[in-house]
Amino acid sequence: MELDAKIPEAPIEDMWNTHKEHMRLVGPRNRPHYKVIVVGTGLAGASAASSMAAMGYHVESFCFQDSPRRAHSIAAQGGINASKDYRNDGDSTYRLFYDTQKGGDYRSREANVWRLAELSTDIIDQAVAQGVPFAREYGGMLANRSFGGVLVERTFYCRGETGQQLLLGACSALANQIHAGGVIMHTRKEMLDVVIIEGRARGIVTRDLVTGALESHAADAVVLASGGYSNVYYLSTNAKGCNVTATWRAHKRGAGFANPCYNQIHPTCIPVSGEYQSKLTLMSESLRNDGRIWVPRQASDKRSPSDIPDAERYYYLEERYPRFGNLVPRDVASRNAKEVCDDGLGVGPSGLGVYLDFKDAIQDKGDDVIGSRYENLFEMYEKITGESPWNTPMRIFPAPHYTMGGLWVDYNLMSNLPGLFAVGEANFSDHGANRLGASSMMQCLADGYFIIPLTIGDYLSRYEYGDVDTSHPAFADAEREAKGRLDRMLSIQGSETVESLHRELGRVMWDHCGIARNAEGLKEAITKIPEIRDRFWNNLRITGSGAQLNQTLEHAGRLADFLEFSELMCRDALARNESAGCHFREEHQTKEGEAKRDDQNFSHVSVWEHQGTDNEPLMHKEPLSFEALPLAQRNYKT
Amino acid sequence: MNFTLRIWRQTDANTDGDLETYKVQDIEPTCSFLEMMDILNERLTERNVEPVAFDSDCREGICGMCSMVINGKPHGPKDGTTTCQLYMRHFEDGDEITIEPWRSAAFPVTRDLIVDRSAFDRIMQAGGYVTVHSGPKPEPNAIPIEPSIAEEALDAACCIGCGACVAACPNGAAMLYTSAKVSHLGLLPQGQPERFERVQKMVHQMEAEGFGSCRNYAECEAACPKEISIKFIGRMNRDFLKSTLILPNNPRGKMDSQ
Repeated sequence: MELDAKIPEAPIEDMWNTHKEHMRLVGPRNRPHYKVIVVGTGLAGASAASSMAAMGYHVESFCFQDSPRRAHSIAAQGGINASKDYRNDGDSTYRLFYDTQKGGDYRSREANVWRLAELSTDIIDQAVAQGVPFAREYGGMLANRSFGGVLVERTFYCRGETGQQLLLGACSALANQIHAGGVIMHTRKEMLDVVIIEGRARGIVTRDLVTGALESHAADAVVLASGGYSNVYYLSTNAKGCNVTATWRAHKRGAGFANPCYNQIHPTCIPVSGEYQSKLTLMSESLRNDGRIWVPRQASDKRSPSDIPDAERYYYLEERYPRFGNLVPRDVASRNAKEVCDDGLGVGPSGLGVYLDFKDAIQDKGDDVIGSRYENLFEMYEKITGESPWNTPMRIFPAPHYTMGGLWVDYNLMSNLPGLFAVGEANFSDHGANRLGASSMMQCLADGYFIIPLTIGDYLSRYEYGDVDTSHPAFADAEREAKGRLDRMLSIQGSETVESLHRELGRVMWDHCGIARNAEGLKEAITKIPEIRDRFWNNLRITGSGAQLNQTLEHAGRLADFLEFSELMCRDALARNESAGCHFREEHQTKEGEAKRDDQNFSHVSVWEHQGTDNEPLMHKEPLSFEALPLAQRNYKT
Repeated sequence: MNFTLRIWRQTDANTDGDLETYKVQDIEPTCSFLEMMDILNERLTERNVEPVAFDSDCREGICGMCSMVINGKPHGPKDGTTTCQLYMRHFEDGDEITIEPWRSAAFPVTRDLIVDRSAFDRIMQAGGYVTVHSGPKPEPNAIPIEPSIAEEALDAACCIGCGACVAACPNGAAMLYTSAKVSHLGLLPQGQPERFERVQKMVHQMEAEGFGSCRNYAECEAACPKEISIKFIGRMNRDFLKSTLILPNNPRGKMDSQ
């Protein structure tokens, strides 16, 4: 596997411009002859499809939901960063670059991160021009709020629904192009395979989720914008349908999968209330500004929180981290919550929860101040749990939220397979070992609006257009394989349900490849996963047929891929024998319990090559260099 | 808790459907409505009965995918709530609950509780956008926007496109949905150049899709999980009327062919 990142030769601040100036272009009259497939319609997919179609390319766009607007980007709450420096507080491209590199614990590619910071301001301009109603100040200027991990105010927002508004902006551009005929939109169609012909990605195989029909689609290039893989844990903040299938199928066809072990666990989510729980809901992290986190000192204390006197409450973050208290970074907060629950101190029916208590804040600051800050969050919590945080402490617990790993891509966002691109959360590129708040949407839109529309031309211009269609035998082969998998799943007629097997996989991953990992646990997971996989392929029960709308079959197909992917995730976590960002190996921590990197041996991207399901995958390394920003210990304490 | 569920079962768009009765037992009150449906489906699968097909995705009230009429009300008995945010503690032990798909000629049933809402997308494609390509744009602060205007635009823009408004309307009208988008863009300076053309195109598409007309029942506002106000319907009607007076026959002239 050849890994050439194709980083332009120029000083970092000139790289993107130099690259653009020397890039090959496709002329406007030739663009309609080139067909590009885009899989996924979240922020990255919708912005990529609409931008390329507006330039004249013939785009076909696919989503498994009933409408492109339902992609999970819609649920992003907080905001989007841009180094506009509207607050005159010293922000700049360099600072956003610096914050992102540091946030990612120096495990991302500098050139990409710099470009992301550079393009951040254009995204805001683009979104406003589309009619995204960002919050405004009294004078009519754009408002900013602050977000974790940085010292400037650079986050743009629309109440708590920024993702919804940005996605509706991107989807309105997509709607415009569908109307104009530039994009052919396929809804309720799921990609089951990518077709590689003579080493180039030349199309995909999809299943129509309503009729069950398998279809082939040929193109000159394929862009995957299929999101992240947090649902490998079964319970996560992702939508139920989020899955790894598109990227995993591409991986099995030869695309390198980079850093699969990097996944972010968000500390403030509403805890699991029972076995039946289907997903986890995120509560804004801002709650930690005023809430005090505690558990009872005594294990399995079943008293109501109001009956537990102060002396018997363990404010563990305040005691363990007197300087930062409840405001320690995300990963530290998550790990400590898990530790106290492992010690039997957890609260709630499942014992997997800690209190986030506003009693003192309400007493000190008054109802008005606390209400103005958190009223909508308190309401949301009450809606879900039926308990009011005004009267009783909230219960929170960490949950898988975002995955930094993904398909390996070069500076042009192309994988090692020519013609196969990956954008947004589906690629690995910009967030290193941990993602800073309010920067996922920034990356999706930078990729989709500004990068891929140019780099795709650089690729396409090198080839004749339309020289392959779906009559090529590779499509029939891929369809046959996909049908074989579906038929095999349907024919098992065993006794276990997809849900129960997915839940079981989720528990293994959470226990052994979750907030904290160690070699022993990871090795155990690597032996347990194939056992679940065996039961899946020998004892699964799916009712109904493949020639109809069959949601159990859809879920089964996604789980089949998670059952393979999860093993790679554990292998990557085992191979990365250091702690970095969200990847916390218990063997490697500082005295304060922070992640301890090993720059000597692990300053690289781990890129995995598939060697067949029964063989161990092969790891390649893309070395990382740190020229614009020298390596330093991640430190949020001084 | 125990419930008796009467659920609409229908194989596909071309087959007649009917209500089937199922009993579910031992449901925790903290369980969400859709989790109760998951449990039912898992138990049906164990008995070799095909599970009930229903749409859902984010399960936090923002994607707009879930769509059930529960005891005659779209999204069930709680105000300002999507189906996925409904919990079993909102019901009484032993309740009989009737669950149906959205009912509207413009939303044909795909299977069981799933309907085809692509008519909504086509209304959006007819004009629900500001025509703008990707690339360098003017500095956004060069056009100040009063915060109250931005907020009102957001009140309309927060529509999740679920279709509860149509399901609730005795006429099956899509006026709340269409007016929310028309108003979102019509309020903002960026939406002005295409304002009157947009309202015409979207309203015409809405009618072509077979949605009914507004008779001011205001059931849509009551059912809307985002509590979008029917004042936007009034606003759309005013814009539509103005547009018929203002617009030349072919506002784009030769531009359309480009």
